[in-house]
Amino acid sequence: MKRRLEISELIFKIISYTLLTAFALCCLYPFLYTISASISGKHAVEYNELILFPKDIQFDAFSRMFNNNMFWNAYTNTLFITFYGTIWALGVSILGAYALSKKRLLFRKGFNFFLVFTMWFSAGIVPQYLNYLATKRAFNAVGIMDDKWLVVIAMGMAAMNIILLRNSFEGVPSEIEEAAIVDGASEMQVLWRVYIPMSKSIIATVALFFGISRWNGYFWARQMISNSNEHPLQVFIRLRLEEYTDPEAMAGWNEAFASDSVIYALIICSIVPILIIYPFIQKYFAKGVNAGGVKE
Amino acid sequence: MQLNVTDYLIFDEESGTYIENPEQVVRDDVEKHHWLNVLRTVLKDWRLYLMLVPMLVVFLLWRYFPMYELLGCFKVTDDVKPVADQFYSGFSYFRSLLVGSGSLSTEFWRAFRNTFLLSFYGLCFGFPMPIIIALFFNEIRSNIARSIYQVVTYLPKFMSTVVMTSLVMMLVKQGSLTSGTGILSQFLVQLGMISEETAYAGLMNNPSFFRAIYQISGIWEGAGYDSIVFFAAIIAIAPTSYEAAQIDGAGKLAQMKYVVLPSILSTIVIMLITRIGSLLNVGYEKVLLLYNPNTYITADVVSTFANRYGIGNTMKGIASAAEMMNNVIGMLLVIGANTIARKASDVSLY
Repeated sequence: MKRRLEISELIFKIISYTLLTAFALCCLYPFLYTISASISGKHAVEYNELILFPKDIQFDAFSRMFNNNMFWNAYTNTLFITFYGTIWALGVSILGAYALSKKRLLFRKGFNFFLVFTMWFSAGIVPQYLNYLATKRAFNAVGIMDDKWLVVIAMGMAAMNIILLRNSFEGVPSEIEEAAIVDGASEMQVLWRVYIPMSKSIIATVALFFGISRWNGYFWARQMISNSNEHPLQVFIRLRLEEYTDPEAMAGWNEAFASDSVIYALIICSIVPILIIYPFIQKYFAKGVNAGGVKE
Repeated sequence: MQLNVTDYLIFDEESGTYIENPEQVVRDDVEKHHWLNVLRTVLKDWRLYLMLVPMLVVFLLWRYFPMYELLGCFKVTDDVKPVADQFYSGFSYFRSLLVGSGSLSTEFWRAFRNTFLLSFYGLCFGFPMPIIIALFFNEIRSNIARSIYQVVTYLPKFMSTVVMTSLVMMLVKQGSLTSGTGILSQFLVQLGMISEETAYAGLMNNPSFFRAIYQISGIWEGAGYDSIVFFAAIIAIAPTSYEAAQIDGAGKLAQMKYVVLPSILSTIVIMLITRIGSLLNVGYEKVLLLYNPNTYITADVVSTFANRYGIGNTMKGIASAAEMMNNVIGMLLVIGANTIARKASDVSLY
């Protein structure tokens, strides 16, 4: 009896390890290849002579990228959008979620429905596009010429994140709040001194969701930002990809390295910052997925 | 509130005449001052209501106002008159999409079918993968080893859609006079899965590969990360449950069947229902980045159809009509799924 058990366990374990290792290698390989391809020589990249390890190492693709002002511009723009966009979205969400979490709020159900409905139904790309265009004109009319502010303020709000915050605020014990009110705390102080400190981890998670979606934002930024100096990194990467994979545009390419290497270098440059902060944010990510229960 | 004469006048038996109903007068008074009371409550608590304002404004301006603008899209396209003076076109846009005989109608139905199929295949192949991976994670007893596996498999999730699609396109890119095909195409050729000509023409230009590339890249990107939810449910199982099963003589498969699966079933059901609810919400950004005119046959979804005709072209009526139909059906699916989830478990999604 005992023996049979051990064998079935062992077999399952072997299968688990094998398949998991295979999957992990599949996840990892493209990254390793990308690194190798970005620093390999022209011939090696163009004729697939490298499988895993770099060949004829060069760093010209990177230095070409680093010497490109547009690249740094795009990077700064992305940081700008991510920073201000996250602060704006988080601030609005926290205030709204705090009010929604209060039982004494009149029309609470109505306000909740107002939020949730936007998760069920969206007007679609075309009306959204017209709406952003109108907003852009309005912004320009009041003197905000930088389209990045349009991206920061008008885009990226998510009802789901507000609901996550609201649920967390609802879990704060009312005794603590009452104690604070007895001590003479105002509404703002209650929020700032009681609710926010007690929901730190969910706020970090929501900030992370906002931050990631800002960092990754592409479609509307490309549609709405007309000045190419204000393009964020994602748009920059895509435009370069379109340029560098166009055979006609690349016909005159006679650098000492492959044009593909530049794309690979760009890909690396865009994921390195995330990899650096990844160890710090990983636990909040796992938390957020479970807190949302069904974040999809 | 509907006014009813008999509410105001009641028959007084003593005097034998109709007199005013005192209760109704009081009720009326309350009703008259209801909004005043509301206003008074709001004013007294104005700080709380002020906090709501930014959120309401943002959602009104950039979520609800487009819904109003959606109506404007259905007006007859006429550049001479201002929008306010134009007439609604009735159902002509919908009719020409649904039953029209032109190429637009064909394209719309193709897009609708593709939308459904992309999600449906995602449901069939993409959905079980995270569960399987979570089961495998559970087999790894060493914490360090498991952390390494987790970090590596979550990694692709942290790329943006743009970077992910760029990478995919580079790995299967077409060959040319001066350079070979992508490395992945080359592997597939060597494994004998595709012919050299197909690889040379580029897999991204071949409509029969689009769905596979879409699903596989989706699994590659999300399966590890999506397993977090299921893994959390699995590690919540008490070790005593396994021990009890072992004492009863359950092998590994029996343990899976009688211990693990029932414990994570509710999570699976909820995730499945959500997934079904969003069957018509294909991430258009990914499709938009991956497709090209060569692959419209299998790749074009309703959102990209709307994007092409509404933004790229000027047929905003057609585009909006197409997307609206898709979104309304999608909304019904989501609400239906949510209702079922609420009934099936205590957890409500929203």
